[in-house]
Amino acid sequence: MEDMSQYPLELTGDNIPMVRFMNVTKRYGKLTVLDRLDLDVATGEMVTVIGPSGSGKTTVLRMLMTLETINEGVIYVDGKPLTHMEKNGALVPASPKHLRMMRSQIGMCFQHFNLFPHMTALENCMEGPVQVLGMSKQEARKRSEDLLDLVGMIEKKDQHPSRLSGGQQQRVAIARALAMRPKVMLFDEVTSALDPEVIGEVTNVIRDLVDKHNLTMLMVTHQMGFAKDISDRICFFFDGSIEEQGAPDALFGNPQRERTQQFLSAVKEAG
Amino acid sequence: MGFHWKWDFTWEILPRLLEATLNTLIAAGAGYAIAIVLGLVLALAQRTPYRALTFVVREFVEFIRSTPLILQIFFVFYVGPQFGVRMSPWTSGMIAIGLHYSAYLSEVYRGGLNSVGKGQWEACTALNMSPRQAYTRIIIPQAVPPALAGMGNYLVGIFKDTPMLSVIGVAELMHTANAIGSESYRFLEPYTLVGVIFLAISLPAAGFIRVFETYVRRKLGLK
Repeated sequence: MEDMSQYPLELTGDNIPMVRFMNVTKRYGKLTVLDRLDLDVATGEMVTVIGPSGSGKTTVLRMLMTLETINEGVIYVDGKPLTHMEKNGALVPASPKHLRMMRSQIGMCFQHFNLFPHMTALENCMEGPVQVLGMSKQEARKRSEDLLDLVGMIEKKDQHPSRLSGGQQQRVAIARALAMRPKVMLFDEVTSALDPEVIGEVTNVIRDLVDKHNLTMLMVTHQMGFAKDISDRICFFFDGSIEEQGAPDALFGNPQRERTQQFLSAVKEAG
Repeated sequence: MGFHWKWDFTWEILPRLLEATLNTLIAAGAGYAIAIVLGLVLALAQRTPYRALTFVVREFVEFIRSTPLILQIFFVFYVGPQFGVRMSPWTSGMIAIGLHYSAYLSEVYRGGLNSVGKGQWEACTALNMSPRQAYTRIIIPQAVPPALAGMGNYLVGIFKDTPMLSVIGVAELMHTANAIGSESYRFLEPYTLVGVIFLAISLPAAGFIRVFETYVRRKLGLK
């Protein structure tokens, strides 16, 4: 059993990060996917995770969205534990109720969009606000239409996902996630399933969010140029831990570690 | 004795058989209504994280599916009273046939629920929906269209199995045909009419189910 007393019940002091991974380990059976990960994401910061497949980068987002449980360590969101909760002055694994309370601060977009196929674009966006936040239909419709307008999908609001292209579906998915007003947005390879010619329409929407909104964002992508343009920081993952991290110019322009150099040159050749 | 069809006798017994057809339809409808609801309960119970519950329900479904319907009908009707559960033929029949088909329908639902991708569940979690909201709003509506064909098959199946209720004295079509036969010593006309009536209902029903399936898919905006 892990000694939980090494982790604070909540983060205090100035400059509390929006997200903190503290000593987080994730295993699938004997395979260690993430090994004692420490990672902070500041409020309003855009952090991009890159790395070879199998390096654990998607797992980082999935743990934060509570789609995966963790084996060791604690994840904090806005200073409060996400994966755990306080009970009699000690941290214990989070209950479903605690997870539901904490999860409301996080939104996520997926590689395969995962829109609800039996609902129109507008209904997809209204579903969360109406059902989960208990908002009136009128209010939810207003908010959803504003967001569909923001992602350039207002004209298609009454279409079902099956009638939309991949790029259009992903833009609706971004609007759907934003409709819940999360503090942290997670983008998990959101352009990987798209045809090359429509990647731009999705990256432009994300670029817009970075420029105009003070969202904290964590992104996994293979679009190196895009990551370099919009990120405040790049984390290069290798074998379940952060091999190197830094400002985009430094990491892409002057990588220090050999594995980073190898990865970046391999990506450059392929691209 | 040769083939000897009597038309006047046919017309004479037809109203009585049609009246019994109504009972058959009621029996099939009531049994199916029980099976539809109970089947969903059985299917959802097998998806809970409680291992013991899942195991018991799984074994129950297998048990029901592996034993004959007629045995289950006899059991409810004749063995029930020994445990102080005394019920009319109708009630016993509905319980037995509803229970039997709920086991089959639970398997149809299970297939439908499993056909909804993992990504849909993850989207529900990302929108912070409760399991209940996820099921009622997202998962079940998508599980229905792939389950409809199987559900339709069992609707016709339960209709065709209602004659088994005649063995405990439910006055449905078969029971009435038997009664006519033993009163008049003529079995050709009543049994033939029973066959024709079953055919006349089953065939259009199967066609209607196919049309309904297409309609539901379109209504839900699915391909």
